[in-house]
Amino acid sequence: MNPDITKQRYANGRPKLRRFHQAKWDESIIFELSNPGQRGILMPKTEVEVHEKVGDVAAALPEKIRRVEPPALPEISQPQVLRHYMRLSQENLGTDLNIDVGQGTCTMKYSPKINDSLSRSSKMTALHPLQDKDTVQGILELMYKFEQLLKGISGMDRFSLQPSAGSAAIYANVSIMRAYQRARGEAEQRDEIITTIFSHPSNAACARTAGFKIITLYPDEDGYPDLDALKAAVSERTAGLMITNPEDTGIFNPKIEEYVKVVHSAGGLCSYDQANANGVLGITRAKEAGFDLCHFNLHKTFSTPHGCGGPGSGACGVTSELQKFLPVPVVEFDGENYYFDYDRPDSIGKIGPFYGNSSVILRAFAWVMSLGAQGLREVAEIAVLNNNYLMNKMLQIRGVSAPYARGKRRIEQVRYSWEELAEETGVSSEQIGLRAVDFGVHYWTSHHPFIVPEPCTLEPSESYTRQELDEYAAIMEHVAGEAYTDPELVKTAPHNSTIHTIDHAPLDDPERWAVTWRAYRRKMGQPATSE
Amino acid sequence: MNIKPLVYPYIPNSVPETKKQMLNAVGAESVEDFYADIPDNLRIKGKMNLPEPLLAEHELKTHVETLLSKNRTAGEYTSFLGAGCYQHHVPAVCDEINQRGEFLTAYAGEPFDDHGRFQALFEYASMMGELLNMDVVNVPTYDGFQAAATAIRMASRINGRGEVLISRQLNPAKLSKIKDYCGHDLELKLIDYDPATGLLDLAALQSNFSANTAAVYFENPGYLGLIEVQGNEISTMTHDHGAICVVAVNPITLGMLNPPVEYGADIVCGDIQPLGIHMQFGGGHAGFIATRDEEKYVMEYPSRLFGITPTAIEGEYGFGDVAYERTSFALREKGKEWVGTAAALWGITAGVYLALMGPKGMQEIGETMMSRAKYAMLELNDIHGIKAPLFTSHHFHEFVVNFDQTGKNVLDINRALLEYEIFGGVDLSSQFPELGQSALYCVTEVHTKTTIDRLVKALKEVITK
Repeated sequence: MNPDITKQRYANGRPKLRRFHQAKWDESIIFELSNPGQRGILMPKTEVEVHEKVGDVAAALPEKIRRVEPPALPEISQPQVLRHYMRLSQENLGTDLNIDVGQGTCTMKYSPKINDSLSRSSKMTALHPLQDKDTVQGILELMYKFEQLLKGISGMDRFSLQPSAGSAAIYANVSIMRAYQRARGEAEQRDEIITTIFSHPSNAACARTAGFKIITLYPDEDGYPDLDALKAAVSERTAGLMITNPEDTGIFNPKIEEYVKVVHSAGGLCSYDQANANGVLGITRAKEAGFDLCHFNLHKTFSTPHGCGGPGSGACGVTSELQKFLPVPVVEFDGENYYFDYDRPDSIGKIGPFYGNSSVILRAFAWVMSLGAQGLREVAEIAVLNNNYLMNKMLQIRGVSAPYARGKRRIEQVRYSWEELAEETGVSSEQIGLRAVDFGVHYWTSHHPFIVPEPCTLEPSESYTRQELDEYAAIMEHVAGEAYTDPELVKTAPHNSTIHTIDHAPLDDPERWAVTWRAYRRKMGQPATSE
Repeated sequence: MNIKPLVYPYIPNSVPETKKQMLNAVGAESVEDFYADIPDNLRIKGKMNLPEPLLAEHELKTHVETLLSKNRTAGEYTSFLGAGCYQHHVPAVCDEINQRGEFLTAYAGEPFDDHGRFQALFEYASMMGELLNMDVVNVPTYDGFQAAATAIRMASRINGRGEVLISRQLNPAKLSKIKDYCGHDLELKLIDYDPATGLLDLAALQSNFSANTAAVYFENPGYLGLIEVQGNEISTMTHDHGAICVVAVNPITLGMLNPPVEYGADIVCGDIQPLGIHMQFGGGHAGFIATRDEEKYVMEYPSRLFGITPTAIEGEYGFGDVAYERTSFALREKGKEWVGTAAALWGITAGVYLALMGPKGMQEIGETMMSRAKYAMLELNDIHGIKAPLFTSHHFHEFVVNFDQTGKNVLDINRALLEYEIFGGVDLSSQFPELGQSALYCVTEVHTKTTIDRLVKALKEVITK
């Protein structure tokens, strides 16, 4: 009788880890695929009658502006271009493929395919943004209604969907704070913005770019941003506070209302970075805690695909007091028609080319419509259940801990520390991540600086099964075990990925770094691409 | 609240039995245990005010499709709209690749698990580098507006100066963005264009330089469609004053036009939407910034830069972040501006586009666009009362059409054109009042002679009505 191969996949009643290997095509750089004369696509040629009428338009250009040497792009037939990019796509591990809980703070959830498919309708893709309003009533209605949904979800009074991503929304909120302080005649004096070290780095970076001085609060011993430090920091120079809650540690700050009051009493505004909203949908909102501004990342909480790093969308919400400062235009409805309102003299103006990433907004709208209030609350509850379930498993692994608020539950993510494991084995958190790749999952350390030593942040969202969470924890347990028994194996990882350990040194050396193929060839003493 | 438990397709553990088992596993009575830290006064009272959900996928699909069906597209109508968002043919392979779940749903993977996106974006930057003749190109930022605003801030950081001279032939919305991004600590001065040629007024430029001039910014083609042929003169004047020359360029023109570095640009920026990305109601933008490979320039980029590097295995291509320590990911507010989610998927898509097009494709598309735009100008100018183009200099694929002598305004003309299922050019009458009743028309490779002839016929009828 044949052995029962289904049983061979288990050991001690538990599924064995996958014998994963990432696709490895050893794919050439696209320029190496070039064959002179090949064409990947043909574009329409000018009609004979047109040509006869207009003559040689190239020859009519002044010589100094006319390109003589054609750009040295590769020349490749269509099947080969397709195959090249198909191979590269296989060498990429999207959320569709892996148990993507390792990119905590980024809410890597399932991006429903129906929403993608709707966003690709030519009724969406083939719209020019400056068409007459009568011809875009559908998309305007959708944007208008999505704003109403966001108002219900956050309790805020008005939204702009124009910012292209989370950080752009943070910047817009900083601009609104400045406009508000300017309207009060206090813009000059109020040149400080306060944030916390466990809020996304962009809260500090965007406010700095906007010209503000940054004050960063560090955690107290319970892991909350230090309230005494906040009280000491606020003054007549405070423009506002930019804060996340729960912070990137996954710990909810129950005294958030008090923080808001402290800032308000000093004359500052409070902006809620809701990057971590996934665990509190339907539970608590910006409004209840007294915030003046907030933003959502539609590519995080609202399920739109992350696209290898965008396009995303950042929706800014404000109270009625601040709505006049929102970017132009906003979508209005006169009872019959939807239209853009540009007549807003106090607005911070236009902050992007048109109205935001509309196809992303469409997906987020569809996602909310597929769930409703009860469904959104289910999203939050299951995301939090999943997170606490995974935390329970993780904390049974040797060498890992969850600093701050020990013994307490977390909201939607946990910032763990491998400090003990690193001290005992010499294996770092980063190396654990590189070894995790060998089992087909993504893992990320955390944002810098590493206040929590040897950190990693896991955020399981609502999209994963119990079995998948078990598998992720089993991978972590296995790798941690290897760190104790065979640290070299971990330190030299990955072994089953597309590539092996990279040499970082050239990437930081101006003499050797190469951001383009032409730069690489030049630095290697090879002829330019065109020769 | 008496809520009937529902099992949601996107939420596997919404199965009540599973939920119970998982709660048991962590010793919790209910999910409320996890929210114990959230005080009552912060809780939402009752349910959020949202419409009833469309639980079945079919219901959702019908709902959204019904909304979208109210739109009339630039495919159903004939559109002559441009002004920063362009209707081009999008090769099917571009869509095929950007719909791949591996690319579409990945995010911030490392060079090991997301090798594919590193290589694809390195190749995108490399092909842009060939188009631009420059060695450094960033992983895309949000859009051409952001790219321009960041390029200006980069210039100011490089030379430590605080004034920027900006060509007034600029989309007012883009100027608004630049003001929002730079206005608080840089002085922005607008330099006028010559009313006849539409080119930058060099005398005005000359008289506005100071020892504090950080950069000169102009676009090619300019917002009004004009090819700026004085690039060498502008960059020479700029460099003579120790300032940096920043040029925004439409990359689709670069099969035909010299890249800005050839006439002295130091930083080149723009938007890659024309390169294989659908218009999407203005939601298909991504910005590029390019420079020479000099450390003082490279270290001022806020964006990620992906570089090629060896691995532990001979002949294996590895990729990683170049000079990561300059970014806000590494340094928070001490980094250069900020980096975050932007528009990587459009970078990959534009790479596919350039790989398909190759050198000949880029030349041919430019020639087709210029020829057809020229044809449209000649035909429109033959209509009594219409002047096309308004300016005397060279155009690429956009041009200003003036209707002053028709006695009609652009708003009414465009409304009338809708009856012919035509979207007329962008109304410039409030953006550039000095141009009177003028509209910015755009012609690309998708506009055949027949569609242009149809526009001409319709306009003849509209203005004589």
